Amino acid sequence: MGTPHAQRETHTGAATAIEVAGLHKSFGESEVLRGIDLTVRSGEVVCVIGPSGSGKSTLLRCVNLLEEPTSGTVRVAGTEVTDPDVDIDRVRRRIGMVFQSFNLFPHLTALGNLTIAQRRVLGRGKAEAEDVARRNLRRVGLTDKEGSYPAQLSGGQQQRVAIARALSMGPDLMLFDEPTSALDPELVGDVLAVMRRLADEGMTMLVVTHEMSFAREVADRVVFMDGGTVVEEGPAEQVVAAPRHPRTRAFLSRVLDPAAADVLEAPSPAQGTPPEERAAN
Amino acid sequence: MSRRNRTRAVRTAQYGVLVLLVVAVALAADWSELRRAFFDAEVAREQFPDVVTTALVNTVVYTVLGFVFGLALGLLLALMRLSPVPPYRWLAVAYIEFFRGVPALLVFIALGFGVPLAFQVSINQYVTVMLALGLVGAAYMAETIRAGIQAVPKGQTEAARSLGMSSSRAMVSIVIPQAFRIVLPPLANELILLTKDSSLVYLLGLSMDQYELAKFGRDALNQHRSLTPILIAGLFYLAITLPLGHLVRRLEARAARAR
Repeated sequence: MGTPHAQRETHTGAATAIEVAGLHKSFGESEVLRGIDLTVRSGEVVCVIGPSGSGKSTLLRCVNLLEEPTSGTVRVAGTEVTDPDVDIDRVRRRIGMVFQSFNLFPHLTALGNLTIAQRRVLGRGKAEAEDVARRNLRRVGLTDKEGSYPAQLSGGQQQRVAIARALSMGPDLMLFDEPTSALDPELVGDVLAVMRRLADEGMTMLVVTHEMSFAREVADRVVFMDGGTVVEEGPAEQVVAAPRHPRTRAFLSRVLDPAAADVLEAPSPAQGTPPEERAAN
Repeated sequence: MSRRNRTRAVRTAQYGVLVLLVVAVALAADWSELRRAFFDAEVAREQFPDVVTTALVNTVVYTVLGFVFGLALGLLLALMRLSPVPPYRWLAVAYIEFFRGVPALLVFIALGFGVPLAFQVSINQYVTVMLALGLVGAAYMAETIRAGIQAVPKGQTEAARSLGMSSSRAMVSIVIPQAFRIVLPPLANELILLTKDSSLVYLLGLSMDQYELAKFGRDALNQHRSLTPILIAGLFYLAITLPLGHLVRRLEARAARAR
């Protein structure tokens, strides 16, 4: 079920990280997800693209049960999170989540943001938690900001702290909900560079994004959603560069800058992607 | 008349009325009588040091006791008010509506006479004061704290839950600390109101060494047939409330900057 298209050889046979089957979600009268099937294998990077209101974020939020599915099942690393008897707090420790609006804790320093769940949830001691926190701040290039409060950081720095916060729990997989959509264009590149490195390190990632060049270059697979269903999915180059479905084609031509229309031929940046991003690579 | 001239004329008239009122009151009052009643140096000297060592100290102690108990109870009520369990919500709403709707004076009398009747025990006077002031203060503080908790963005809870925190852990570690930052100015305001409400504890029946500022002042008024002690008590209230008011304004300014 779920993934009719060919996986990359490296992932064939790998353990399943996320398995979504027959997922429906309604908010009152409006049905946001109309039967989603999706599988993400361990170590795979899957980008979900699609117009706003297509249900991308809701799908992501159903994976760690921030939204309760109306019907259908979600399995994360073999555990059925939609089972009412499952201790969801325990499952969520293994799932890192990064939000569009960062959601850093404003009353805590960067270091405090990275240590509080380690200490209160995982029961780590202060020294160990700070050790892990500093290691992860280094991973996102913010070693010198550990004493800063979120309000003292730029949007891009806040989002990198938020990524480091999720990584400090040692998650098996990471969910990214439009991580660069709230950022000023010149700050997007730093965040994408961190995510790219994470992907290179083999982290399993499910990313809702509008950054087409990121999807194309980093994702193993791209899923195009529209109207609460998966319209098309497949290898990144295929879906982004040579979409089969007319709705995918229409969406991509709207999203990609007409000035960069040669995107189909060469890996040039998507609309709004700053030069810094390319420089960062 | 141009608009500017009209504004000027209206303002001049307003100032004129104000000055006339002040002059009329000043002329009509019997200043020598007032001075004798309110500014009797002999009586004023006699108030010290007891007005400070007993009355002021007791006012502060009563207020702090009531505030601390009221804050704890108010937080509990706020959490009950927001609970998904309906009976908790009903209890909290009933409590808040009752104690906000009934004069503190009646609560104090009811407690002062009712508790010893009901339980046939004599409770420490300080405990009774703490209960009385706290029970009334809690109703107001509960609504303030509830508003503060609701003002913390939903994303904060979501981030905390996505890190594996339980809902109560997220509330304690993430939401409540931020909520208290938001409600610090209104809570300091509540402290000012409580300072003045502490003047009602005399209804509980106090011995002389338990007098607070207002009771102390009235006692001295009866003794000396002079209003001077009342003036002194009032000044001491201001010595507490004016700095607190200043603190509220500074907290509000800081909150406005942080936003």
